[in-house]
Amino acid sequence: MSDLGLLVETARPLPQPRVITPGLTTGDKVFRFLAAAAAASVLAILGLVALFLVLEAEPALKVSGLKFLTTFEWNPDGTPAHFGIAALIYGTAMIAFIALVVALPVAVGSALFVNEYAPVRLGRPLVALLDLLAAVPSLIYGMWGLYYLQPHLQGTSRWLTDHLGFIPFFHTTRPVFGSSMFIAGIVVGLMVLPIVASVTREVLSQAPRGVCEAALALGGSRWGMIRSVILPFGRSGIVGAAMLGLGRALGETIAIALILAFNFKITTQILAPGGGSVAGLIANNFGEAGEAQRHALVAAGLALFVITLIVNTVARIIVNRTSKGKMED
Amino acid sequence: MNALPAAALPQPRKVRRNLRELAERPLMILALVGVAMAAIFAITPLSGMVGWALCTYVGFVVADAFDIYRTDGPVVAKDRIATVLVATAGLCTVVPLVLIVVYVVSKGLGGITRSFFTETLESVGPADPATVGGAKHAIIGTVEQVGLATLLATPLGLMTAVHLTQSRGRLARVTRVLVDAMSGIPSIVAGLFIYTMWIVRFHEGFSGLAAAMALSVLMLPTVARTAEEVIKLVPNGLRESSLALGAPEWKTTTRIILPAARSGLVTATVLGVSRIAGETAPLLMTAFGSDAVNTNPWHGPQSALPLFAFQRVRNAIPTQIARGWAGALVLIVLVLALFTLARAAAARGRKVLR
Repeated sequence: MSDLGLLVETARPLPQPRVITPGLTTGDKVFRFLAAAAAASVLAILGLVALFLVLEAEPALKVSGLKFLTTFEWNPDGTPAHFGIAALIYGTAMIAFIALVVALPVAVGSALFVNEYAPVRLGRPLVALLDLLAAVPSLIYGMWGLYYLQPHLQGTSRWLTDHLGFIPFFHTTRPVFGSSMFIAGIVVGLMVLPIVASVTREVLSQAPRGVCEAALALGGSRWGMIRSVILPFGRSGIVGAAMLGLGRALGETIAIALILAFNFKITTQILAPGGGSVAGLIANNFGEAGEAQRHALVAAGLALFVITLIVNTVARIIVNRTSKGKMED
Repeated sequence: MNALPAAALPQPRKVRRNLRELAERPLMILALVGVAMAAIFAITPLSGMVGWALCTYVGFVVADAFDIYRTDGPVVAKDRIATVLVATAGLCTVVPLVLIVVYVVSKGLGGITRSFFTETLESVGPADPATVGGAKHAIIGTVEQVGLATLLATPLGLMTAVHLTQSRGRLARVTRVLVDAMSGIPSIVAGLFIYTMWIVRFHEGFSGLAAAMALSVLMLPTVARTAEEVIKLVPNGLRESSLALGAPEWKTTTRIILPAARSGLVTATVLGVSRIAGETAPLLMTAFGSDAVNTNPWHGPQSALPLFAFQRVRNAIPTQIARGWAGALVLIVLVLALFTLARAAAARGRKVLR
């Protein structure tokens, strides 16, 4: 019996080497295609956003023509319709500028604090709290700004106009404060603070450690090291972070819609009620808007989309270039 | 073993002074400046707590730097000023969060009653007290819209991340830039997009689905970006061993890499949800809002918590504003809880991967 088994065993043909098919299986091809399709969908969505906004903005842009960019009024329902985003763009830019003035120094300071000064036990929770600040919805910033910050900033606004009124921005003709670009700007500044701070932190942490330590070893103080190594290294990265913050600030909607008293003038009086914002106007007027106004609002949205897209893309390019690190030790 | 005489060993320089010794002098200076400022405020027309605090701070920075300057010279004094300012900036970032949370809780807590979760605003008149009526319809709307948006954005975001991590082609490079660009789209533009496409061109009405689509546009980049980071963390050895054992690429991805990154992918999703749960602007032109329950997300205007709060606060009636604050409180608790959850999962996931 056992002999027979042995015979059978030897009678078997020698095992052929397994055939290995190099390259992808069908499953791989399908899977790769699906992944590429998902990635392409991002492209498609951005394209569709542009396409449908253009289609829907066209009637309004036909009415106003190029004057859409230079008109200060917003009266799309009137006859003749007269509307444009010049004042709104100015207000949007002004609020974003105030926001950056508030956010940038604090962001850079906090980035330096977490990277260079704070012990890990303090730095970690600080970063977590800053991220948490980024998660607070825009609406809640707006409500807080309107009901808490606005009354609390009355005194500050009055003081600024009383003592620094010679600076054009702080001058007010009537002593009425609130619903102003100043308050909206501060609230938006708090909203963009987390993103500016976290990008700055990331960029500055890439500063070459060896050069930092060399600066310290040569007897430089910590501040001397920061000023001579870290800040020059991170300068363009900080610019990029600020631009990312700018992109966010330009698109802020609900908080501004709640706080600002809209008017369509260009004024340097940032402490007085009034001002404008593209996104805020869309949110405010959309509900009651008629056909003509909706087209005009979509056109304003299109302008906002283009501006933020440009600002964000340029910012990302700057940030990415910095973080790849040109200054090696 | 020829031991050196003990006396010859140089003593290590004592670098670390203890905290008490370090803080004693600055604290004394701070107290002195505070008292001095109080005195100045008492005899001059300057007034106000905020003003006093600011003046004290500035005075402290100057006096402290001068104190250091006398003993250690200008370089150390400058360093000292920088240290104080940077530390202030670092600690300042915490202040707004605390102020906001405390204020929302103090304003909203009164409105949180049983009826807030079980009633709607359908039959609530302007004269009714704030305890009547609630946000049941808005809570239902938020759950449905955010749920649908998650269903739309998560698979797309994950597959995009898979493509970004596994392909080095031109599409991947372009997509990475575009995902960043997309994360910068203002939320109101996302709303306008769905409005112009879905509601104007395709003649569908306002609905929860439209809101979910707008939200998923906002959620997609967050999910894709976070998921990409997480998948990158999976050790390459895992992938290579699977491929070496003969598993095809797609099985390696779905059975090995994605499960290894599971908790991180959960984080990506939850972060995405916390990003969109509080969005108000896109809902204005997609869900539109309503005062009654609409459980059907496919059809008809729907409310949502952020929309509910926004529309209440817009109202001049105090009881409505009180309801708005209650909505804001529920919203902030929801968002912060989700966010904390995501972070906790991420921390645990990193430990598992190591």
